[in-house]
Amino acid sequence: MDLTVVLLVEMLYAVASLILISAGLAVVFGMMKVINLAHGEFMMMGGYATITAVNWGVNIFVAILIIAPLVVGLIGLVVERVVIRHLYGRLVDTMLATWGLSLFFIGLATMIFGNTTTGISTPIPGFTVGTYQISGYNFFIIVVAVFLLIGMFAVLKGTRAGLIARGAMQKSDMAAALGYSPDRIYMATFFCGCALSGLAGAVLAPLVGLVPTSGGAYIAKAFITVIAGGPSLIAGLFSSAGLFGIVNQVFTFAISPVIGEVALLVAAVVLLRLLPQGITGKIFKGKL
Amino acid sequence: MSLNRRNFLTSTAALAGALTLPRVAMAADTIKLGSILDVSGIFDAYGKPMNMGMRLAVGEINAAGGLLGKQVEIVAYDTQSDMALYSQYGQQLTRRDKVDVVHGGILSASREAIRQTMRKTKTPYFYNVLYEGGVCDRNIFINGVTPAQQVEALVPYAMGKSGKKVYILAADYNYGQITARWIQKFVADNGGETVGVDFFPLDVSDFGSTIAKIQSVGPDLVIAPLVGGAHLSFFRQWAAAGMNTRIPLASTTLGVGNEHKVLTPEEGNGIMVAYNYSQELDTPANNAFKERWAAAYGDTNLIHEIAVSNYQGIMTWAEAVRQAGSIEREALIAALESGLSIDGPAGKVTVDPKTHHAVLDVHIMEMENQGMKVIETLPQRQPIDTQAVCDLAANPSDNTQYEIEI
Amino acid sequence: MQGSLSKDAIIVIIVTAILIWIMPFIISTYTLTVLIIYGMLGLSLGLIWGFGGILCFGQAAFFGLGAYTYAIAAINFGESTIPMVLAVLVPAVFAALLGAMMFYGRLTDVYLGVITLVVTLILFKFINSTAGPQYVIGNARLGGFNGIPGFQTLNIPGRPDDYIWGDSYFYVCAILLAVVFFLVSALLRSSFGRIAVGIRENETRMSLMGYDVRARKTVLFAAGAAIAGLAGALFANWGEIVTPSLFSLGQSAEIIIWCIVGGLGTRLGPIIGAAGLAYLKFLLGQQMLIDNTLITGLILVLFVLFLPKGIVPAISNMWKVSFGRRQLGRIHQQRRIRHRGRANG
Repeated sequence: MDLTVVLLVEMLYAVASLILISAGLAVVFGMMKVINLAHGEFMMMGGYATITAVNWGVNIFVAILIIAPLVVGLIGLVVERVVIRHLYGRLVDTMLATWGLSLFFIGLATMIFGNTTTGISTPIPGFTVGTYQISGYNFFIIVVAVFLLIGMFAVLKGTRAGLIARGAMQKSDMAAALGYSPDRIYMATFFCGCALSGLAGAVLAPLVGLVPTSGGAYIAKAFITVIAGGPSLIAGLFSSAGLFGIVNQVFTFAISPVIGEVALLVAAVVLLRLLPQGITGKIFKGKL
Repeated sequence: MSLNRRNFLTSTAALAGALTLPRVAMAADTIKLGSILDVSGIFDAYGKPMNMGMRLAVGEINAAGGLLGKQVEIVAYDTQSDMALYSQYGQQLTRRDKVDVVHGGILSASREAIRQTMRKTKTPYFYNVLYEGGVCDRNIFINGVTPAQQVEALVPYAMGKSGKKVYILAADYNYGQITARWIQKFVADNGGETVGVDFFPLDVSDFGSTIAKIQSVGPDLVIAPLVGGAHLSFFRQWAAAGMNTRIPLASTTLGVGNEHKVLTPEEGNGIMVAYNYSQELDTPANNAFKERWAAAYGDTNLIHEIAVSNYQGIMTWAEAVRQAGSIEREALIAALESGLSIDGPAGKVTVDPKTHHAVLDVHIMEMENQGMKVIETLPQRQPIDTQAVCDLAANPSDNTQYEIEI
Repeated sequence: MQGSLSKDAIIVIIVTAILIWIMPFIISTYTLTVLIIYGMLGLSLGLIWGFGGILCFGQAAFFGLGAYTYAIAAINFGESTIPMVLAVLVPAVFAALLGAMMFYGRLTDVYLGVITLVVTLILFKFINSTAGPQYVIGNARLGGFNGIPGFQTLNIPGRPDDYIWGDSYFYVCAILLAVVFFLVSALLRSSFGRIAVGIRENETRMSLMGYDVRARKTVLFAAGAAIAGLAGALFANWGEIVTPSLFSLGQSAEIIIWCIVGGLGTRLGPIIGAAGLAYLKFLLGQQMLIDNTLITGLILVLFVLFLPKGIVPAISNMWKVSFGRRQLGRIHQQRRIRHRGRANG
């Protein structure tokens, strides 16, 4: 019984962390059609921003929830102005540019931080479920993921800015004709996407050993989750992260971590074979 | 690397040296030392300090007048964590640069990528890294600790401090697989029981359900030969779940690339390890070494196990050249096989003539405040695993990496 | 594409002969060999992506499969001829099956990209976790992360003791690349190739015209995989070791980068992109002042900003503007394009 509860929490945690990892990419790739191969590096920078801020004496929750997204968002803004804005609509070139950026950021982080940056401990102690110990921080991640989804939904559905952004992504000339500047809208959306990546990196920072090359571990998972989710941003993110997270955890616990990883990948292949436009290409069609 | 001015200057000087020296060498009479390491890319945490150790060693040799009256010249290449570049630079070192000796290689695959080239071109090759053991080749000298050397010392100590039921979490590749088998053997030899073994691919960074699984089995001790950045997450998640106060941990890999400095003191304290070197080793030799390192690079933060191995490897080679009075390969091998030993920062290192591996001191340590506190020193441990399969005295033409049956 | 196939053949032969003669004076043949092999690998993706419109994130899978097939077969046979053939066939069959699965499932676009990516990851993870002694094919241990060293390298067919290595191996690789290049040219000139380009431009229209789009894409995909497999086998012979990093995501991404840098939709571009970037990496490794990852990244970003179409299209544009027949309209048009490009940029 205790074990069931523990496993349930681990599953929720796995789903939540997949949502976090993929959210930034869902905005940058799903909405803006920029194949961002530097997504993992934006997360990595979020992690370093958090650690640096905490070392400067900032409260850890402030560092995670505010400073890291802001810093990474601003870096993203610079990247957008200097590189990405020349490349909208050129899917292939965004790949080359962002691959270059990812190498650049890895090199830069190595020069600034080196390879042995002391991380930060989780701010929430572990606690007991029956005879088991589990990480209290898991709940923090789950809560952040839930609020993230609700927040994204509220912004995109409920606010005028979200409506304009969605409109501009679909038909930028129409948005321009209505008096909005697509250039500014794209800039703001890219900022948000990067900030989300930064947030994910920051939230995970206390749980991972952060090195400059850490980002590479997330990029494939994020792409698989976003693409398997299909065209709907939030419903897609939620459904595919849910499916993959659960499959991964069940097989990891039942057999081994390797099988868990492979099961996730096989699930992705089967899913896309059955639903070639992703989950929300068929189910929840037209929803957000 | 924190980029301070001194650092920048030394690396600039080193670069200038690397670029200009080959041309000077055509005219001048020097001994050429080739170095191949991953100084950038995903393995640079290992390669950068190794590169620094190499340059420190050569600098010291040259400052003391060089070898056989000649200066030692470095020809170094950065393989950027790309296996194909090892083959390319291996060829370049042996055929174009015609170096007298090669030190380098980090991963086992990188060693295998260049070992045959070194053998064919009769270039003596030193591989100065802790690895899985079993290489038997007269042309290569290895001075890193092998699994049996570590595990034989670590397991009884760790079991003594905890209990008889052991759970093993190992990196899913050759080193991890072989080490896991040695751990099982020594656990059984010490009257214990292995209650679980799990292997993790190198990119797994989420250990939540594994931690739950370990608790459902309830071992007295967890031994975790996990490798690399992603696997560091295990130690953090272990602590985040509050397990670090409940079940003791031991590892044969944590700290080789200074990984323990990424963990906070609360997360790392108490983890038991066994290596050849620790920065906290309080011996005159190590203190003097750290001073020299600090004089060259500013601070000693980056020194780690295999950086010292690389330093000791070069010193071993230099000593052999002195004793042989020649850089010629046969004379050099004969000198090394005479049971030659040096006193390095980590203690005495003796070449084992039969296996070309090293007899060295193994220190049992515990993590304490991001350092490795030495608990006990076991002097001059033999590489028993490789000795079981390799005898170059009886079979000098051997050229295999044996998988050691346990 | 102008001119005839025979003219193509003559040009290929002359250019190859000149390059084989001149290049060894500049770069050592051992390094040249691997540049050629990477060039072939670049060409394999250039064919299916540049001309077939199939964005494959997993070309490294076929490369690695070719290399591993060769290594495993060579250990078992002790002779290199059959392994070479197998190294081409196995990836091709694998790609045909995978392609059929994808194209008959009407997967397109990024969804296709992600499937190929996932399949590569599965292969990578599988090969990586085969360190244990139970993973054996015939006499060959798969070896996991450390790879497989010590297999029979290329020999004169039927004479296992006469190895082809060093300079002769360089000639073999160079000639094979020329042959593959010629075959790709021939394929693209054939009706099959022209229809493939048609499919790239407008798949629906081609299928409405009665062409079996799915079968054609599958065949093209398999052809690309066969070339990648051949490159893999040559690479295995060159390095004398195969490791799982051949399958890695980084390797796949690098192939894509080669194609973009060289110029997508050209035959020569991917080859030049691959050889050029690989040589750049080789040169960079001789310095240790600044982190090489940083420099590579910077170069790629600058590249995409200043040479957005790739090397080969940029050069051929320059050539046309400076030396081409001075048709007024054409130059005007090009100026217009350039101006527009600047206005956007």
